[in-house]
Parts: sequence; C-alpha cells; structure tokens
Amino acid sequence: MVSHFRPAFVMIVVMTIITGIAYPLAMTGIAGAIFPDQAAGSLISRGGKTVGSSLIGQNFTTPNYFHPRPSATTADPADASKTVPAPYNAANSSGSNLGPTSKALVDRVRDDVAKLRAENPNLPVPGDLVTSSASGLDPHISPQAAAFQIPQVAKARHLSEDAVAALVSANTEAPLLGLLGENRVNVLMLNLALDAASK
Amino acid sequence: MTFIGWVQIALFCAVIIAITRPLGGYLTALASGTRTFLSPVLGPVERGIYAMAGIRADAEQGWVGYASAMLVFKLLCFLAAYAMLRLQAGLPLNPMGQSALTPDLAYNTAVSFLTNTNWQSYGGESTMSNASQMVALTVQNFVSAAAGIAIAMAFVRGFARRSAATIGNFWVDLTRITLYGLLPICIVFTLFLVWQGVPQTLGAYVDATTLEGATQSIALGPVASQEAIKMLGTNGGGFFNANSAHPFENPTALVDYLQIISIFALGAALTNMFGRMVGNERQGWAIFAAMGVLFLAGVSVLYWSEAHANPLLTALGMDGSLGNMEGKELRFGIAQTALFSTVTTDASCGAVNAMIESFLPLGGMVPMINIMLGEIIFGGVGSGLYGFLLFAIVAVFVAGLMVGRTPEYLGKKIEAREIKMTMLAILCLPLVMLGFTAIAVVVDAGTSALSTSGPHGFSEALYAYVSAAGNNGSAFAGISANTPFWNTTLGIGMMVGRFFVIIPALAIAGAMARKKTVPASAGTFPTDGPMFVALAVGVILIVGGLTFFPALALGPIVEHFALAAGTVY
Repeated sequence: MVSHFRPAFVMIVVMTIITGIAYPLAMTGIAGAIFPDQAAGSLISRGGKTVGSSLIGQNFTTPNYFHPRPSATTADPADASKTVPAPYNAANSSGSNLGPTSKALVDRVRDDVAKLRAENPNLPVPGDLVTSSASGLDPHISPQAAAFQIPQVAKARHLSEDAVAALVSANTEAPLLGLLGENRVNVLMLNLALDAASK
Repeated sequence: MTFIGWVQIALFCAVIIAITRPLGGYLTALASGTRTFLSPVLGPVERGIYAMAGIRADAEQGWVGYASAMLVFKLLCFLAAYAMLRLQAGLPLNPMGQSALTPDLAYNTAVSFLTNTNWQSYGGESTMSNASQMVALTVQNFVSAAAGIAIAMAFVRGFARRSAATIGNFWVDLTRITLYGLLPICIVFTLFLVWQGVPQTLGAYVDATTLEGATQSIALGPVASQEAIKMLGTNGGGFFNANSAHPFENPTALVDYLQIISIFALGAALTNMFGRMVGNERQGWAIFAAMGVLFLAGVSVLYWSEAHANPLLTALGMDGSLGNMEGKELRFGIAQTALFSTVTTDASCGAVNAMIESFLPLGGMVPMINIMLGEIIFGGVGSGLYGFLLFAIVAVFVAGLMVGRTPEYLGKKIEAREIKMTMLAILCLPLVMLGFTAIAVVVDAGTSALSTSGPHGFSEALYAYVSAAGNNGSAFAGISANTPFWNTTLGIGMMVGRFFVIIPALAIAGAMARKKTVPASAGTFPTDGPMFVALAVGVILIVGGLTFFPALALGPIVEHFALAAGTVY
C-alpha cells in the first residue's frame, strides 16, 4: 500500500498540470485566436454597448417587443440582499423543476393562459409561451409563439402586421439540414431587427 | 412523435454502430500497450511520467495490487479536490470572488467527481471559481473516466488470460488512457464546441444592458474544455447549474447531437475491445445487442411520453402540439431531448439537456429505471462494461442451473466465489438506493429538502439516491440537497456505488486470470448469440428491475394515476 503513494502523488500532480492547467489554458488561447467571438460568449454590441449574447435569452416585458418564454431563474441564492424573482438571470441558470402534478405549475399556467388570451383571442395559446425552459435562458420561441404576438407588437410599434410578420420570417431558423433541431425564432435578434426597422 | 424525430434516433444508432469497431480497435491498442499513431509525440511524455513516478511499465500487478493502487490514487484525488474547493477564495482565477465551499459541500463534490458521479449540490456559476472548475473538477473528470476504463481493461484481461497472476498495471493504464485516448479527442471536441458557440475564456462575467435597459450579468468561463471531457468521460457535471440545457454548454441542435453521441462512444467501443481481447468480436457484439435492446426500449417510452403535453395544462387552454415543454429547451425538440435523457441515464453520465423532474410521470420513470438497472446500458466509461459482465456471469450461472452443468463464461468455470462476489456487487446498489431513501422520507432532515409532497416528492428523494449510488449525477433537481444530511448520505451512496462494485469486480478478474480455459464442447452455452442476449436482458430486468418495483409503484406509478385523475400537490 505504502509503495503506491509515490506514483499516486506524482500522477495527481502531473495530471493536474496536463489536464487541469495546460489543456484548458491552451484551449483558451487557441479558441480565442480562431473563434474570438464565440469564445467570448457571442456578445452583441449596439452603438458601442454590449446589449446581450445571441445565445442567451433576455427578459422583455413591454408590448414594443416580442416576449420570450417564462423563465424560472431567481436571484443569487447566496446573496440574501436580492430576494426579488429575476427572470433571465444569466448568472444563475435554472429550470422551474415543477413536476407534472404540481399545483404551482397549474396555477402559473392558468394565469399566463388567461393573460395571453386577452392579448390575442384569435389564436391558440402556444405551449412554449406558457412553459418555462430548462435553463431559464432559452433564447428561442416557436414560430407559432412569434405569430401569436405579431398583432400586439405591430399595434404598439404602429407598423403593419405584414411588416412585422416579414421580420419574423426573416428571423426564423430552420432545423439543420432539415433534420436536427426545430423551427425557432431568436427573440433578442428579432427584437433588434424590430428596433432597426422602426428607426 | 414525428417521422423526423425517429430518423434522428435511427441515425444516432447508425453512428454508434459505425464508430464502435474503429474506436474499439484503438482502445484495444491502449490496453495492450502497442504503439499508436500518437506515440511519436506522446511517447516521451508517457515515459517521463513513469520515470518521475518510479513506475516500471512492464511490471504488472495482481488484483490486490491493482485495486490498492486505485484506492490510494482515489484517496489523493479526494484530498486534492477537497483542498482546492475549500481554498478557492484565496486562489487565483477567481474573477467573481467566489467564496470557499462549506466542508460538507466540498466533501460531497470531491467524492462526486472522483467517483465519476458528478452529482452537484451546487450551481456552478454561483459557486465555483474558474480555478476550481479547471483544477479540481476538469482534472477529476479526466482521471475518474480513465480509472473507470482502466478497471474495465483489467477485468477483461481476467477473462482473456489463462493461468496468469496479474491483470495489468493501474498506473500504465491510467496514463495511456488519459494521454492517448481522452485528451486528443477532447482537444478536437473543444474546438468544435467553441466554433458552435460554447465560451472559452478566463475573464469575469459580462454585464450587458438589455434592450429594455435592465442589467443582465452573463456568466462565462472556460466552458468548452470542461464540456468536452464531461460528455466523453460520462461525467456529466455541468459548468453551469442548468448543465447541458444552458445555451452556453449546448448552443445548437448539432452540438446536442454530438454530445449524445460522445456519451455512448467509449462505452460502445469498450464492448468491441472486450470482444477483441477475448479473441471473438461476436462476444462483444452480443453484449452490444443486449445493451441496444434496453436502450431502444427506454428511448421509445420516453419519446412517446414527452411528445404529449401535460393534460392538466391543455385542459386550461394551452395548445399541446409541441409536447411537454415545461423544463425543455426549444432548440432541441422532443426527440433529441428524449434521446439525450435516455442516453445520459443509460450511461452513467448524468448531464441533462432538460429538467427530468418536469417530465410526465412515466417519462421521468425511464431515466430512473435506466439507473436502477445498474448503469449497464453501455454505461459509464468502463463501469458499464464491467457492470454488464457481472450480469453476464449471473446469466450463464442461471443457464448452468437450468441444464445442471457447471457454468462457464468464455471458457472459464464460474464457481461459488465468483458468484458471491458478483451478488455482492449487484446487491449493494439497491441496498444504498432504497435504504437511504427509506430513511430520508421519514426524517425531517430528509423531507425538508424536498420541493413538493406526495408521490412526486417521494420520487425526488428516490431519484437522488438512485442517481448517487448509480454514479449517474442527474437529479429531480427541485431538491435542495446542499445540506449536511443530504451531502453526507449522498456522498456515502456514491462511494458505495463505486467501490463496492469495483473491488468485487477486480477480485473476480484476479480469480478468472488464474483459471485455465476449458475448451468449448457441445454442452457449452454459447455466449455470442441471440439466446445469450435474451437471457442477459431477462436477468437484468428481473434482478435489477423487480428489486425496485415497489419503490417505483410509490413514486412515478402513483403519480401517473394521480395525473390521470387530475390530482395536484
């Protein structure tokens, strides 16, 4: 048993140097040189200011913008000074973890369905607009969820519904090779396009 | 369920079948010590490590030597990881000023990563410094995966050799698997991940001003380098709290698909390595087939379940055509979510791209059953193979009893001692899974961590111990497990689930190596055909499955009927 300590000690030191220090640092250097935007988090600037990341959803509440899915993220649990719910908190990802027979889930969805029905009584309420994502940071909504919101956004922006619908379809991504993934709309990119179109 | 969904699942199967043989050949070369195409570059590094460590690469160990080397190494791994996590506040590469972990959380996390479980009682981005993610966690991801594969290699040598006293050298296996196997694949995989959008940076979190003027702090870090080994090594511990559901860990459907493939890649290849080392690749394919049958059953049920929306929500007027979307990411779709969740629990990976707790009751039962069966459906790297071979021993034993012959496997007589060791390894899992659950649901320290009451709350507790002892690491994540009671008991569960399987397995390997080979005769039960596959699947379901049926009846099965009756908790 004692004779194993030297190889064990050397092994943990060497493996730490190779896989814990050299490997991640080398990857950081190479990735930063070849793919600088992605390595830094696919950040988006507008007018010199960072407005978000194209991969991370953000919260929208005003009728001027398309709204994302509900988010279950909260403030940092370690920081007691922040007790308010914080949707799309990208420093504390989380799903709701509500089970299928959860009363809290049923109550939340009932409220959200009622609100959305008042906004647009003409279309069925899309499932993704009333269910929270696994990360709480889902950047996408379904094309149905975007279509559902077109009348309200068009009205708030004094744009024609056709003009807004054109922006939605320009920002709709299809599955890779028609196979992997789903049809989806990136809410932040769509809203940036809306702002650009309204100017 | 859609046609395209099934095509994605079928294509996944085709890819796994296609990579099993080439990768199996490569692993065989690593196990046998022959030169590989990377030897010109890495050979000097390998020899340098042996020189520093005082290892003679040609000096092999018996099973006791192999097991004790592994245990001493694990002890030092624990101390190194524990120290790092306790000291992170004062160490460099801590741009967000994360504080030290509490003793029970540091213990739980260190055990979790060294046993290849990667249960996380913490949320990554709100707890870990970059240095801890790299030096404590990424390192353990590599070496716990390598140790698992090493033990599988030693176990297979036991069957492949005759009248031998040794089963390999732990240090050599560990070094070769890490240097030639895991590291090169991870370097390529990391760059692919960054190209697709996974961050790789050492800076602080970025504050963005959203279009509506709020501040959004965006957590970043050296994510890609950890993500690659997290999937390939079936570790599963996320950089972020939301794991592979987080858009930075898993930004596109293509990344998602490759992550799923990388979970199964080495586990599938090891079945082929087994076949090659025992001199008949069909033996490996028979194991592959038995695992494949169980995988297909799981993914079919899970896909069927989650393709339906929650009936309580459609009754409120929600359109259910997207399926059960609570706790799921839109970009992956239901088919890839079902595939990921099945694969991650078949293998003892535990990464998730959706919140398993929010699955419909029968959908959530599939991951639970996958883990309860012993993590042998391809399984964790290495642990899946030796775990399956323990069930194979039981299967040939049962076959032997039926015809009244001394059971044999691969020409080795299976005798009383091997059966005792096998049953010890198989029975320790339900003991800790069910025993701890029984305690946790009756004491306040246990129930106070549960997010809900009723059958779903029971499932939450059961899943936690099943995941820990199965070395999986996924969770019904609503549980608030960062308490001394849960951290301690889950840590014990993880260690029992790892070492009380490994040590009997190595003892069997040592005994097998010493035996002579009996030539096959007309009375030998063939273990490379469909009869063996059917028998092995039957034994796994009966021995593994029936043990847990009463517990499943109290959890997901009751909840299924509660859902149908419209009962909420």
